[in-house]
This record gives sequence, structure tokens and C-alpha cells, in this order.
Amino acid sequence: MDAIARSPAPVWHRPQLIENRWLRITVAAAVLGYLWLALSSVDVDWTRVVEGMARAARLFAGFLQPDFTSRWSDIQQGLIESLTMTVCATVFGVILALPIGLGAARNLAPVWLYGVCRAVIALARSFQEIIVAILFVAMFGFGTFAGFLTLSLSTIGFLSKLIADDIEEIDPAQVEAIRATGGGFWQVIDYAVASQVTPRVVGLTAYQVDINFRESSVIGIVGAGGIGATLNTALDRYEFDSAAAILLIIIAIVLLCEYASGWIRRKVA
Amino acid sequence: MAVTIGADGAQHWRRLTPDEQRWRWFGWLALVAVAVLCWRIMTADTIWAFVENAPQQAVDIFGRMLPPRWSYAGQLWKPLWDTLNIATLGTLIAIVIATPLGFLAARNTTPSVAFVRPLALFIIVGSRSINALIWGLLLVAVLGPGVLAGIIAIALRSIGFIGKLLYEAIEEIDDTQVEAIRATGAGPGQVISYGIWPQILPAFATIAVFRWDINIRESTVLGLVGAGGIGLALESSLNTLAWPQVSLILLMILSTVVVSEWITAKVRRAII
Repeated sequence: MDAIARSPAPVWHRPQLIENRWLRITVAAAVLGYLWLALSSVDVDWTRVVEGMARAARLFAGFLQPDFTSRWSDIQQGLIESLTMTVCATVFGVILALPIGLGAARNLAPVWLYGVCRAVIALARSFQEIIVAILFVAMFGFGTFAGFLTLSLSTIGFLSKLIADDIEEIDPAQVEAIRATGGGFWQVIDYAVASQVTPRVVGLTAYQVDINFRESSVIGIVGAGGIGATLNTALDRYEFDSAAAILLIIIAIVLLCEYASGWIRRKVA
Repeated sequence: MAVTIGADGAQHWRRLTPDEQRWRWFGWLALVAVAVLCWRIMTADTIWAFVENAPQQAVDIFGRMLPPRWSYAGQLWKPLWDTLNIATLGTLIAIVIATPLGFLAARNTTPSVAFVRPLALFIIVGSRSINALIWGLLLVAVLGPGVLAGIIAIALRSIGFIGKLLYEAIEEIDDTQVEAIRATGAGPGQVISYGIWPQILPAFATIAVFRWDINIRESTVLGLVGAGGIGLALESSLNTLAWPQVSLILLMILSTVVVSEWITAKVRRAII
């Protein structure tokens, strides 16, 4: 009794993230070492930065007083390009993504088709849209067509993968049931598979419209058409009030797309 | 679902009622009409001769790309290191800014739902809706070309992403643990440190690693607008039509992305 009463009250310590003390110190040292190396390799031209502050102020002023009018015809042209590109690429991409997604689902497709479709998906996903856009611009010339193809490819990469993963997760009992009634391949797809994945596909398509518009606002920088080209020109000329107007329009449309796609996804989910 | 009774008295099952069928038909018609209209507007300025010529162009370009100019690799290590730093430092800065922002934006931890929360949400949304390349364009115009513009561009873009996912994670925590810590007489700092933080730590780590992976991809192209990294080499090789160098850079980007994906998968498995 006496001994217990006299022993100090146990103090609880929160457990360490890494139990081993030496490992902990090594990791911390490695992180600090990397940070030192990384930060020392960033060379900053401070005179240029100071010079830039005036531009930053003008940019900020531009946001307070955006100039929609003096470049309006360019902005309008860019917007129409971006929006039409988004619609066409989404429609075309979905039309292609559906069969590829079906083919890439292991529970429906034969092994060879599964392999081919998964390879197509991997290829479509492996490069950034911007890089794809550069290559397409080199092949198809400047303009919206190259952008349309870029967005279509990224739509295929994103949608087919998710559709395939969804199809692989469907309830096999329904497929079995339709098959048991003597349903053929297309009837199985129509009544057992499509009815299970359609809500998800609709939701993903709405999300893809959102993504495609965002992307369409940057691929113009490398010449693939759209509002990005207009923005690039405005910034090259240091017309910050026009650039601010374009950015505000992009933000507004992105928000609109996001809310619309969120609403559709909630509706169908 | 609709059952109709035919002239012979037999029941016919249909998936949709006639009304639903009409609406669906109308919806599809509208969709096709919009798509066709957009297609016509979009391709109004397309020069079809270029498009017809494209397969030939593609063969030509890929012919020029091969073989990659391996000797050029020596000049790429420095830009690759810059790219890595842009992604990593950008992510770190974003984490430092986004973490308090997440707490301010979450409904259950914000000091004021009426004022602070909308402000935090506004910052999150504004950061998210502008692509890293556009941030890069702006920052290069302001700060001048270089790695610094790239780091800040990546950071500004990531704040919204990390902030959004973080505040959603905070809103989903188990309140009873917070309640328990508070019942011991803990102050707000202790509640966050013992009641909230341990609960969101796995989500936080996953979000950070996930964003780092995305940032590696994005930082490879930031150089196209002058914001440093391997994209600068890509831009100059493209401008001089040095296709064997372009193919080498693309291979390098691809392998960097694959490695970063592998690291991400490893780390994520270790965390969860």
C-alpha cells in the first residue's frame, strides 16, 4: 500500500508516429536535408520580383475593375470555342467510352478484349492533357479541332476506367436472372448491366462536362483553341483588366458547371 | 414500369409509361440537336485539309521522334530536380495554408458560421477553379519566369483542393470523442489536438500524398508558361522542332509520373 501511494502518478504520453527512436531521427534529418537542398536550389531574382509587385498591384486592381468591353469580341470567340469544344468532346468521348468501358470489365469481356481495352485506357490516361494537346496541335494544326480531340481522349481515359470499375462491381444475381430467362448478350447488357450502372454513368458524365470545361480553359495556351488562348494573349500584352475579366468569367462558368453537375449527380444517385 | 392491356386482353409489360417514353425521346432529341449545333460552330474554322493530312503528320512526327536523343538526358536532371521541388514545396506550402483554412471552413470547428466560414469557402473555391497553368501564367507575369512562380502556382492551386477535402473530413468526425475531451476540461487547442486531429490524421495524410502525386503531373508542364521545371526544356525543344529531344522528355515525364504513382500507392497502403 505504502509503496503504491508513494510512486509518482503515471503520466500518459501520446504515442509517437514512428516508434523506433533512431528511425524517427533519420526520417526527420532526411526531410530537413531535402528541404535545405530544395530551398537552396530555388534562385530568386529579387529585383525582378520587386519590379513585379507593381504588376501585381495592377492585376489586383484589374480584378476590382475588370474590363469586359474592350476585348469582348475576343472573349466571346474564346468562350464559344471553349463551350462548343466541351460539349462535342463530352458527347463524342462518352459514345466511345461506353463500349471501351464494357470491354474493360472483367466480368463481361473475354480476356483478349479486356486486355486491349485496358491498354487503350492506360494509354489515354498516361499523358497530361496539355502534352496531348501539343501533339494534336502539331498533327491537326492550331484551333479547336485539336482541343476537341484532346478533351475526347481524356474523357475516354477517365470515363471508361470508372465505367469498367463500376460494371465489375455490379450485382451478378441480376445478370444471372436475365440469362436464366434466355436473354441474349444485348438483353443482359440492357436489363441487367445498364439498369445498374446508368445512374453512375449519368453522374460521371455530368462531372466530366465540368472537367472538360476546366481543361478547355487551359489547352488554348498551347494553341488548341478556347478561352485559354484569349487569356494568354491578354497576359502577354499585360492587359490585366481584360485578363481579370476572363478569369472572372472562367470562375463563374466553372462554378456553374460544378453546381449543375453536383445537382445532377444528387438527382440520379 | 407500366402494364398495358392490349386489344386481345393480354397484359404487356413495358419499362416506361408512354409519357415517360415521350419525354425521354424528346430529351435525346434535344441532346443530339445541341451536339450537332456545337459541332457545326466548333468546326466552322477547321481546315479539313489539315485533318485529312493528320495521319501522315503523325507518322512523320513519330518518325522524327525516334530514336530519342539519349545524350540530351544529362541536361535534364537539373530541370527534373526543379520539377520535383516545385511539386513538393508547392504541396508543403499548400498544406501549411490549407490546414487552418479547413478548420475555419468546417461547420463544426469554425469560429463563426455567418462570417468566417463563407470567407474560407470563398478562398477554397477561388483557388480550386483556376488551373495551375493559369496561376502559372499570372505569376510569371508578376514574378518573372522561374521556379518560384511554379512553386507558388502549385501551392495556390492546391490550397483549394486540400482545404475542401480536409474540411469535409473534419465535418465527418465522431463528435463523442470531441465531447469526451471537452468534458475533461480541455481548452480549444487541446480539443483540436486530442479530439479532432487524431481522427482526421489518416484522411489528412492521404489527401496530402494524393495532391503531391497530382502536383508532380502538373509541375511537369508548368514550364510551358515559363514557370520552371522540365516543361521549360519541353518548350524550348518544341520551339526548335527538336523532336528526338521531345520524345526523351516525354519518356522522362512518363517515368517520373509512374514513379510518383508507385510512391503514392506505397505510402497510402502504409497509412491506411
